[in-house]
Amino acid sequence: MLTIAGHAFRSRLLLGTGKFSSAGILKQAIEASGCEMITVALRRVDLDDPADDIMGVLDRKKYIFLPNTSGARDAAEAVRLARLARAAGAGEWLKLEVTPDPRTLLPDPVETLYAAEELVKEGFKVLPYINADPILALKLQDAGVAAVMPLGAPIGTNLGLQTRLQVEIIIEQARVPVVVDAGLGAPSHAAEAMEIGADAVLVNTAISVAGDPVRMARAFARAVIAGREAFEAGLGPRSKQAEASSPLTGLDFLKE
Amino acid sequence: MFTLPDFQRLRDIISACTAPEVERALAGPHPGISTLAALLSPAAAPYLPQMAVAAAGITAMRFGRTTQIYAPIYIHNFCHNHCLYCGFSADNRIERCLLTIDQAAAEAEILHQRGFNHILLVSGEAPGKMGVEYLEELAQRLRQRFAAISIEVQPLATDEYVRLFRAGITGVAVYQETYDRAVYGAMHPAGRKRDFDFRLETPARVARAGMREVGIGALLGLSDWRAEGLALGLHLAWLRKNFWRTALTVSFPRLRPAAGGFEPLTLVSERDLSQLIFALRIFDPDAGIVLSTREEARFRDGMVGLGPTRYSAGSCTAPGGYSHPHTEGEQFSIGDQRTIDQVCSAIRRKGYDPVRKDWDPSFQLAD
Repeated sequence: MLTIAGHAFRSRLLLGTGKFSSAGILKQAIEASGCEMITVALRRVDLDDPADDIMGVLDRKKYIFLPNTSGARDAAEAVRLARLARAAGAGEWLKLEVTPDPRTLLPDPVETLYAAEELVKEGFKVLPYINADPILALKLQDAGVAAVMPLGAPIGTNLGLQTRLQVEIIIEQARVPVVVDAGLGAPSHAAEAMEIGADAVLVNTAISVAGDPVRMARAFARAVIAGREAFEAGLGPRSKQAEASSPLTGLDFLKE
Repeated sequence: MFTLPDFQRLRDIISACTAPEVERALAGPHPGISTLAALLSPAAAPYLPQMAVAAAGITAMRFGRTTQIYAPIYIHNFCHNHCLYCGFSADNRIERCLLTIDQAAAEAEILHQRGFNHILLVSGEAPGKMGVEYLEELAQRLRQRFAAISIEVQPLATDEYVRLFRAGITGVAVYQETYDRAVYGAMHPAGRKRDFDFRLETPARVARAGMREVGIGALLGLSDWRAEGLALGLHLAWLRKNFWRTALTVSFPRLRPAAGGFEPLTLVSERDLSQLIFALRIFDPDAGIVLSTREEARFRDGMVGLGPTRYSAGSCTAPGGYSHPHTEGEQFSIGDQRTIDQVCSAIRRKGYDPVRKDWDPSFQLAD
């Protein structure tokens, strides 16, 4: 069971809601994915409008609503948006995104840390989206974030776990859950992230732009389960040389 | 400072491109300016279907199955320029009017009720009639009602853009009209707009002022569209290098019938326009591409998902035209007369989500 900020989740798959062709497809994909936490760009939704398409499909009793600050260029903007969202009833959970470059949408480490420090003080459950930087992850952890969300590859690239080595270091060091976010383009990528010990993954583009988003959501759900089970089962060591699975010779000649 | 190469030189580069270069451009992983030249060339014309597939794939990856929707509000049609192609030209005898702030707000309210959240304030170029103070006041009045407010007005100074940003304006569109200096000179015989370089430097002033978004473009029908595309690509790439925090959009408006009866100097077919859009999309996967109501519904529907990411809808190009539907004095006659709901339905039928809100004023407005 995954626990983030004291809340237990059965599913280790988080879903992003952007880029879907319709609110109806999004709803079906959410259901097929079995996810329990859904991130929504605050700039896309009208929190005050009950008829808002995305908010309409999001059953706030059933799912943890994780609004994100995508679009914020610095800490001040992210903090301001978070406060306004909370005042509008968006709750305490927050995916912190500070992305000053609108082209790559890569996160600003310095501003993310400033914003996280402030938002944690104000009582938010902060899940920061970061580059796969182990030192930054430690600093954010010390600041009191609920989880860290290192990227596997830049947003929307579907390139998979390009940052594997760095993510492995983050996982090894982390006291808080590690959610691999961004760049996971295929169920096998998600499985890989889970196999190396990520606590969860967040997927959006790979599902929303798939030929059949609903089936793809289901495929990711299964891959995450398989990857986690493989991690818990303990992967066998890798070797460049072939090894017989039942060695013909052993060390049984050694008496002591 | 952006340095624009000689226009004829751009034409020469493009015309020298060969089919193998086009194939490499389509297969290669890193789009560059030579890629763009190849994709704009006559040699690329037979590859239009492959370009469409590549552009559609990139668009889906970077923007998803979504398209933003916006509407323009024409504030006034006074103009001190004498652009030969424009209905607002000072030479044309059309009914002129400047909306009061209340009238402009009433126009905006109609659009809000129709479901628009992103608006573009447009005007002729007459600083004496409408200056920064007017735009500042209007933006402050509208900003809580709309997610994003952009402007397409006369070029301004950097400090004026700073003031407008603080008032709640999020983006500025300023089209060069043509990157061909000689044709530009001929088309703009008088008025402040004659200054080619002042206009060319405007996007940099906008970005320097901290605006979120800059829209650039070329008006198709004045010069060689292929070279316009390459010049636009160079401008885009320069802005990316120098203002990495600024989102960029491009637009390729084709000349439409307007008062004055100007006939385009060059014809740009829908096939040509498609090639231009696909080439720019492959060259710059992240640029927003605007396809306005200048184009006909059939073409706009066909292009959904293939490159454009932003559609205007239900547009009227005469000041006060939403409140008073039979108002005269339009800038040009539009090609797609459908309502916002009809445009959105057509986008949905293509399997795309027409997004009416994709920004939030909270980002830039201090408490």
